[in-house]
Amino acid sequence: MIEVASLSYRAGPVPILHDIRLSLPAGGITALIGPNGAGKSSLLHCIAGLNRPAAGSVRIDGMDPFAVPDRTRARQVAILQQSPALASRLRVRELVAFGRWPHHGGRPGPEDAQATAAALAAFDLDALADRPLDTLSGGQRQRAMVAMAHAQATPWLLLDEPLNALDPRHARDLMARLHALSRPGPGARSVVVVLHDINAAAIWADRVVAMKAGHVIAADSAAKVLRPDLLEQVFDTAFEVVEHAGRRLVMTL
Amino acid sequence: MARGRATLWALAGLLGALSALFLFWQIRGPVDFVLPLRATKLAALVLVGAATGIATVLFQTVAANRLLTPGIVGFDALFVFLQTGLVLMLGGLAVAGLPAFARFLGETALLMLAATALFGLLMRRDAGDVVRMILTGVILGVLLRGLAEMAQRLLAPSEYAVVQQAMFASFGAVERDQLAVAALVLALAGAAALRMAPALDVAGLGRPMARGLGLDHDRVVFLALALVAALVAVSTALVGPITFLGLLAASLGRVVAGSDRHALSLPAAALSGAAILVAGQVVFERLLGMQSTLAVLVEFFGGLLFLALVLRRRRG
Repeated sequence: MIEVASLSYRAGPVPILHDIRLSLPAGGITALIGPNGAGKSSLLHCIAGLNRPAAGSVRIDGMDPFAVPDRTRARQVAILQQSPALASRLRVRELVAFGRWPHHGGRPGPEDAQATAAALAAFDLDALADRPLDTLSGGQRQRAMVAMAHAQATPWLLLDEPLNALDPRHARDLMARLHALSRPGPGARSVVVVLHDINAAAIWADRVVAMKAGHVIAADSAAKVLRPDLLEQVFDTAFEVVEHAGRRLVMTL
Repeated sequence: MARGRATLWALAGLLGALSALFLFWQIRGPVDFVLPLRATKLAALVLVGAATGIATVLFQTVAANRLLTPGIVGFDALFVFLQTGLVLMLGGLAVAGLPAFARFLGETALLMLAATALFGLLMRRDAGDVVRMILTGVILGVLLRGLAEMAQRLLAPSEYAVVQQAMFASFGAVERDQLAVAALVLALAGAAALRMAPALDVAGLGRPMARGLGLDHDRVVFLALALVAALVAVSTALVGPITFLGLLAASLGRVVAGSDRHALSLPAAALSGAAILVAGQVVFERLLGMQSTLAVLVEFFGGLLFLALVLRRRRG
């Protein structure tokens, strides 16, 4: 369970998040939606222990990410960030293997090689495993980064716009993979994901958190948040929500 | 990794062959006089090349920048400035009178302190902004060079001579006890850098990703800068600044190693740096008949490489 209590965050002098109170139960997929500049990424970084809040606190399964050693934190929560393209001669396998760093701290063992191989297979990267990163397309690189976060084998997986640059097939595959990962069972992950594709949230998310201008507007089941009136309030544009073949579809008007 | 290790051995073999060439080719006159002279010079070339190569790879990793080198941002100028400051404050006689060993270690420690403070700040502020970082770095280099020069103008001519020794790239006049100290510092710093190699690999992913993976990035930057300072002190104290040698050594080392893993790129850059200097010295001494200086040769080709890298980055 993630508990965010009265959290405020500033980037330099600019206030970004205001008095955020949020509680996310373990398991399932939580989608963070909201317009550009709503503070979704900042909130994700605060939860991951990378942005120090100006006030308030974060607890991940009772752990304060700012109080524990960095590697302990990185075994509890993994984050995929929106990073600039990594122009590196690293191979995909080497990148994914970095996900094991918090576990081995520089001396990888056989179980680390296993976890790396499993992550490569899970994200359809076996054919690319020996390609250098600077020869990959944006979407392929993005998948490699997600695989690295997966290899970190943390109970909590935070993803900042993982669908960036993915084609429809790989976007769908990634969301299906996250969905499967977050079902109850041994080794289940709790996934928090920033999405701009509201339909992806409608199809795959168990919970939706809608943010605007540094405030949480709503945090509830997808059915309760993805309503035309609420979406219009969040995004300042009109929406239509239709049911088609048992699915909820969201369209701007 | 297996292929990489084979490449390292090949590079070491090449360095060995170049060294033999330097020692034994065109030997004239009394051998027992010429050989020790050449051996001393060879040791200095190898030490300086290796120290500069390792320092540059370390610096480029924590700066997340393949264009900057300790030489370009003025590490060596800072060292000269500190030495001049010491002479200004204590007087030339007092400094020259210090035991060489103690003086070198003291100056190295001073450089490590000043460099981690100054360049740690630069990296914290400009992290992620490559263009601004290069501009700040180059300007900082010029500023430090200017400061060092100004401090030298304040010195009396006799005191200036004490500093001058340290300022010109010259492999002709190297003392043997200096070599021993330099070798010791290089061995320690090199071993520390290799021990840090896995953490440096993670740091090479950039500060945000490294922190996400649970690496204490600030600590790695601090340690790496301290090692860079020690290594720059070694090479500057031995022969004086050679600005672009590091850029040549690190770029060549990476190409040869074919990998960004520091377990490979650090030794490859060290061997490349040493090989460049030894090969350059052979060419300059035996083929050009001492008609130029090695530093000029290295700066010429290093400067060309710097331009090529800048222009390629523009287009790409």
